[in-house]
Amino acid sequence: MDKDNVIEIKDLKKGFGEKKVLTGLNLTLKRGENLGILGKSGTGKSVLTKCIVRLIEPDSGSIQVLGENILSLNSEELNEIRKKIGYLFQSGALYDSMTVRENLEFPIRRTQIADSKSEVKDMVEEALDNVGLLEAIDKMPSELSGGMRKRIGLARTLILKPEIILYDEPTTGLDPVTSGEISDLMVDIQEKYKTSAIIITHDMKCAKITTDRLVLLKEGAFYKEGTFDELSESTDTEIRDYFI
Amino acid sequence: MLKRFKILTPSLKSFFTEVGELVSFSIDAIKHLFIPPFETRELIRQAYVVGNKTLPLIATTGFIMGFVLTIQTRPVLADFGAQSMIPGMIAISVIREIGPVITALLCAGKISSGFGAEIGAMKVTEQIDAMEVSGTKPMNYVVATRIMATTLIVPILVFFADALGLLGSYIGVSIKEQMSFKLYITQAFNSLEFSDLIPATIKSVFFGFFIGLIGCYKGYNANRGTEAVGDAANSAVVTASLTVFIIDLLAAQLSELFVGF
Repeated sequence: MDKDNVIEIKDLKKGFGEKKVLTGLNLTLKRGENLGILGKSGTGKSVLTKCIVRLIEPDSGSIQVLGENILSLNSEELNEIRKKIGYLFQSGALYDSMTVRENLEFPIRRTQIADSKSEVKDMVEEALDNVGLLEAIDKMPSELSGGMRKRIGLARTLILKPEIILYDEPTTGLDPVTSGEISDLMVDIQEKYKTSAIIITHDMKCAKITTDRLVLLKEGAFYKEGTFDELSESTDTEIRDYFI
Repeated sequence: MLKRFKILTPSLKSFFTEVGELVSFSIDAIKHLFIPPFETRELIRQAYVVGNKTLPLIATTGFIMGFVLTIQTRPVLADFGAQSMIPGMIAISVIREIGPVITALLCAGKISSGFGAEIGAMKVTEQIDAMEVSGTKPMNYVVATRIMATTLIVPILVFFADALGLLGSYIGVSIKEQMSFKLYITQAFNSLEFSDLIPATIKSVFFGFFIGLIGCYKGYNANRGTEAVGDAANSAVVTASLTVFIIDLLAAQLSELFVGF
């Protein structure tokens, strides 16, 4: 594995019954890069990110994450790698039965990375401060707006200081202003923590702000790559349709 | 005949598939009851939630059950001059059968559906996935703790239902005749033997286990989409209630075989 690459995916295949979703995908994520993934619904973008953290087991292919073949790891080894990967779910996936504070404390307690209560408190407050929502610390998820839920989800993702972040449609369902704020926040995070990220999005404004490189998927496989500007000037109608 | 069989085949296949999945889920869940990490804090929280949520309902129902049973049976026994048998008869029927079954059915409605809906919603909103990504095994944290909580709490709830059933029965008796509470309890317990408690307690443990298991299974296997949450809750109640009756039937047969009644 090239040491500049944090993720290397080779010939990844995944199907559900008769339906083939990923049909031999090859992809790399470089260190410190924000990689955007574009593609029509059903081309396997979310399946790809779930395969990277093994929430879904691929049928074949290989996935190297930070030098480890993720598909050959046992449960404990997988958990160690997962600590280095943050995952922002489409819905935020906040635990409904817990307050914002408890939501953020949850991964800290599970991974036992903090030594004392005061350290846990500091980590929670720092993460909330990063997303500008320190005042929401004792609220329940049901009291938060869609944008706030996404921010808190992002704070929870950041709390373990991951090296890689997987964003699954981070701006879906948000108004353009909030969507812009979340996109700016993602760039700030990349600069502050030097993270590498895969960003699945349909929001071209978000893609323009956040990504260094874009990959277009078609029928479950790699189709084209380039920067936002390169792809936006493409004459290929398959690509141009995304930029209209 | 062959045509009829062909019509039945898909539903039979789906039934056996579901049974197979439930068995596989049960084995996995039981395995996780004994595999560390043990989620003691979550287990205590779930036990508290389960007990706290159902105790008022169980207590009220237990009381009414004993009271009504006494009021309904008294005239028949009075015709034979056998009113003095009421405490013993009520104690045996409540402790052996009615207390455990009514409690289990109420828990199936309240707890199993609650688990189905809660875990189904967690699945739909990707909370289960989020948990797994943060290094937590959902089978340990979500499923095993809930199953263990119901297995421990349902027998305790049965005890409360039985106690309040006897209290209700005493009040039912007191309306028509003078009887001290001490005498009522003495007569009730004179009719009971220690062996009456064993099958009732054992089956209560099984009721609790299956109520938790079925609620968790239905929620954990909910499809994506909000409609699936309602389906999971509904299906959990129906399956858990049916399972309570099946366990009760088996328990009656086994009690007869081993204890002799």
